[in-house]
Amino acid sequence: MDTKRQYEVVFIVDPTADEEVPKLTESFSQIVTDQGGTITKAETMGKRQLAYEILHHKDGTFVLLEIEGSGREIAELERRMRVNDRVLRYITVRVDEDRRRAEKLKARRARKAAKRPERGGGSGPRRGPAVEFAEAGE
Amino acid sequence: MSSNYEDRNRGGYDSDDDGDRRPMGGRGGGRRMHRRRVCRFCIDKVDLIDFKDVRLLQNYLPERGKILPRRISGNCATHQRMLAEAIKRARNIALLPYTTD
Repeated sequence: MDTKRQYEVVFIVDPTADEEVPKLTESFSQIVTDQGGTITKAETMGKRQLAYEILHHKDGTFVLLEIEGSGREIAELERRMRVNDRVLRYITVRVDEDRRRAEKLKARRARKAAKRPERGGGSGPRRGPAVEFAEAGE
Repeated sequence: MSSNYEDRNRGGYDSDDDGDRRPMGGRGGGRRMHRRRVCRFCIDKVDLIDFKDVRLLQNYLPERGKILPRRISGNCATHQRMLAEAIKRARNIALLPYTTD
């Protein structure tokens, strides 16, 4: 479990090469699986306008990949994307740590919410505004 | 809202004053409205801010494209940090602008 890391990779494909998007996604997925990673999600976010021009392109097709693996496949994937001139830009974000943290916070909140009514007057509602305020003040 | 912002800056060096909004000297007492500083993310119990959520992030990016400071938005430090990180990531892949002119 410790060795598994989760990543989100978003890359932008040249809008003039729109029909290549599925093929490109497929080949990138292949690279990842070849390196021992797994694709947990592959989603085309569609064509959208870029907030600024990249290589004189005003729009591009965004593709999201969610990858689980050791990190080695990311290195290879990034190398391939750098070389491929259909890919205008990519970003890799490691998400497992943040997600774990979010889970922890959520669990803590649930514990707190369960405990609070006894402390602050037994008659208080379980999900009343008092709880909300306490959270907001944190 | 924006006038409030300018008023505060006119006072000079108040960088450490990011706590309660207290009337500063000079302005007619009680004229400064007491705006409740609440972190919207805390209220919504957000644990993660996704950099792909452009609609959300755009709320914290005024016309100029700069990240809205926390003294205006009222965000808590934790969420402001998460928000800033998300905005920067979104900028990197051209979901959001670095500048607009």
